Amino acid sequence: MIDLINQPWPWYVSGPLIGLFIPLLLIIGNKQLGLSSSIKHICAVCLPVKKIPFFNYDSKKEAWNLFLVVGIILGGVVTNYVVDLNYEVLINETTKAELKQIGLTDFKGFIPSELYNWSTTLPNIVLMVIGGFLVGFGTRYANGCTSGHAIMGLSLLNVGSLVAVIGFFIGGLIMTHVLFPLIF
Amino acid sequence: MKHLKFIALGILFGIILVKSEAIAWFRIQEMFRFQSFHMYGIIGSAVFIGVISIIIIKKFNIKTLSGDPIKLTPKPFNKIGNLTGGVMFGLGWALVGACPGPLYVLLGTGYSIIIIPIISAIIGVIVYGLVKNKLLH
Repeated sequence: MIDLINQPWPWYVSGPLIGLFIPLLLIIGNKQLGLSSSIKHICAVCLPVKKIPFFNYDSKKEAWNLFLVVGIILGGVVTNYVVDLNYEVLINETTKAELKQIGLTDFKGFIPSELYNWSTTLPNIVLMVIGGFLVGFGTRYANGCTSGHAIMGLSLLNVGSLVAVIGFFIGGLIMTHVLFPLIF
Repeated sequence: MKHLKFIALGILFGIILVKSEAIAWFRIQEMFRFQSFHMYGIIGSAVFIGVISIIIIKKFNIKTLSGDPIKLTPKPFNKIGNLTGGVMFGLGWALVGACPGPLYVLLGTGYSIIIIPIISAIIGVIVYGLVKNKLLH
């Protein structure tokens, strides 16, 4: 039991649990899983953007999505409080060696502290800004993200979701194999 | 407070995302380098459970807890939008190492630096809202 709390969960435990959120959300709330639209709702609720037609919709109806997001953030807070998360994720040794080649030495935690922390260099901040922008713009243009397309959309056997997921991988592979060697 | 259930579900979802390590930049790199089955296993088994659940819900006409019929709305198929937007998202996903769900979880687990990609994602969505009509979908 202690192990279950302290150790990371293998894919065959965490994957099916994530999948169960599809029926859970449908049966409890009649909602389809999808997280990227929350960014749009944050804009519509918190920012003066109602003049832009894209944001001029009844955001109250989508409030559930923002509450889900609040819960997700709290889930992170709770886990961090209960478990020590400053451990090294045991990735494949080849991956580790390749990441060492682009200059990483610190593999502790969930994100590389040498790239992304408050005392990092300006170019790395710019990379974070560009990456975040692409995530935001891309999810709206594609009309979904990993949860809405890859998990919910594929579960509904949506053709558009399959196309989007193929796009996710094309983009991810280009970034990892073509752009990373040029950037780092 | 009818939204409380979504906060509760979110907390569970956040905990599972942390324990799955799907929020780790390192795991996303491993996935895009095809050097581990971990992320493929997570996404694949989640979709498997999703497909089975949808089949069961449809076949037995399962209702929500409050007795309403379950609405399943497929997303529209936009050839250019799905693909181009998908590629853009993929580029960002590999760079930041997190998609929207994990961005929120990382913020919760104390990686305050993640507020930077979150804010620029918000800017990205606003810019999309401004140029939407000029884009092919």
